[in-house]
Amino acid sequence: MKKQVTQVFGKKKSEAIWSWLAPAFVGLVTVVGWDVFVRITNVPPYLLPGPGVVIKTLIEEWGDLFPSLLITVQITVMAFLAAVVSGVLIAILFAQSKWVERSFFPYAVILQTTPIVAIAPLIIIWLQNNTFMALVVCAWIVAFFPIVSNTTLGLNSADHTLQNLFEIYGASRWQTLIHLRLPSALPYFLGGLRISGGLALIGAVVAEFVAGTGGTRSGIAYQILISSFNLQIPRMFAALLMTTVLGVAIFVGLTILSDRLLAHWHESAIKREN
Amino acid sequence: MIMTAPMPVSLLTLKDIDKVYQDGTVALQGVNLDVKPGEFISLVGPSGCGKSTVLRLVAGLGDPTGGMMAWQGTNEQHNLAFVFQDPALMPWANVVDNIHLPLKLKGQSLRSVRPQIQSVINTVDLDGCEYRYPRQLSGGMKMRVSIARALVTKPQILLMDEPFGALDEMTRSRLNSDLLHLWEANHWTILFVTHNIYEAVYLSTRVIVMAARPGRVVADIPIEASYPRPNSFRTSSQFNHYCREIMAILSEEKSIGVG
Repeated sequence: MKKQVTQVFGKKKSEAIWSWLAPAFVGLVTVVGWDVFVRITNVPPYLLPGPGVVIKTLIEEWGDLFPSLLITVQITVMAFLAAVVSGVLIAILFAQSKWVERSFFPYAVILQTTPIVAIAPLIIIWLQNNTFMALVVCAWIVAFFPIVSNTTLGLNSADHTLQNLFEIYGASRWQTLIHLRLPSALPYFLGGLRISGGLALIGAVVAEFVAGTGGTRSGIAYQILISSFNLQIPRMFAALLMTTVLGVAIFVGLTILSDRLLAHWHESAIKREN
Repeated sequence: MIMTAPMPVSLLTLKDIDKVYQDGTVALQGVNLDVKPGEFISLVGPSGCGKSTVLRLVAGLGDPTGGMMAWQGTNEQHNLAFVFQDPALMPWANVVDNIHLPLKLKGQSLRSVRPQIQSVINTVDLDGCEYRYPRQLSGGMKMRVSIARALVTKPQILLMDEPFGALDEMTRSRLNSDLLHLWEANHWTILFVTHNIYEAVYLSTRVIVMAARPGRVVADIPIEASYPRPNSFRTSSQFNHYCREIMAILSEEKSIGVG
């Protein structure tokens, strides 16, 4: 009996290791393949630098690139936090009445579907004395919609029988919101959060590109842009690599947060045998 | 209207209750029901006969479109508790927090009512499960939590809408006897909806038979068997007699409805 149990645990453990090893292996193969390809075909570094050159450039230019990355991190985090706060508040407002939702939701959609590249220059001009804030606003516009739409959906998805129960026990609107609708919305909200985190970064990068085209210095995307202009392609790849790592870090961080918060109860965070 | 006061005073009186939905469906027509303190009344009938609607109206979920409802001769709704077929537990809350809910909504802190909660947990036999989450409980255990959540408010009347309908036969029968013991010991008043005739006869002091289209009461049958009712009651001739009687009424109604 005891032996069986250890076997089950052993299996679980090896599965956990493999879930890390498998993607790492794919990554390694890709990098090696890339390196081999560059060596064999002798592509000049200004067209496609090999991974070794990229890493070397990254180390050399770290003093220049890392502060830029920090600026982008600041823009992303601020836009993301603004998206979370405003998104949740607007969703709560929408959930108060079907009519509020119907009246305002189309405009939230419009904000979402407006190409940020098109309006970013205007926002930068409007907030001319504060480029940083302009970039935050651009990233916020891109990031806030998933929070609004997911949280609104979640607030309206509270179990019907539980709603009846709250009514029978004389719960106030406020109590129903706090004790039933908000917890019910949590998994939906967290789903929106994961999408929104990545979008905040994309919004920041796009806005930095637009600002950079106008000659304004900002974060890591500006470095990508400038390196590309100057044909410093290895430097461009180094900056791209940093942006990618940042994006992955945001996603992983938010996934861990989501799993932690839902660990006790939600299907998405529960590991089942069957 | 003057309410005459028979002995003992009715806890709840429904008089000529109608319920017509906005789409014109007549859910209930002229339903009369008189609930005395300490009674265990079952409502049985086919689906669509409005038995659940009666319970929901009593609970204040929606208003009747006609007739009147009185609580010991007054309009004020009494302290009641509702147990649904779906245990309707909050998945993010453990057993204690789920049971605390009705009291929390009245502004009573967990600390102040913790002993009360422990006592209902003991009542429904869930000792040791206090800090489990709903997903860690079986269907029968979830229903016990749901019942405990109803009991913690010390209701004057317990409304149960097919509470054991989704459970397997073994669990159902076990919960039936447990519920009956608790009812005997605590002198509760229970209004119980089921489509299971055997369950209704085994549990009740009175079985109200309802028919569909429109939903109405067609028979009111007192079950004159003494309590405590042992398991052997389920196989007695008296038990069979009542079940046959109710089945006959139901099939008669059905043939009229078809014809």
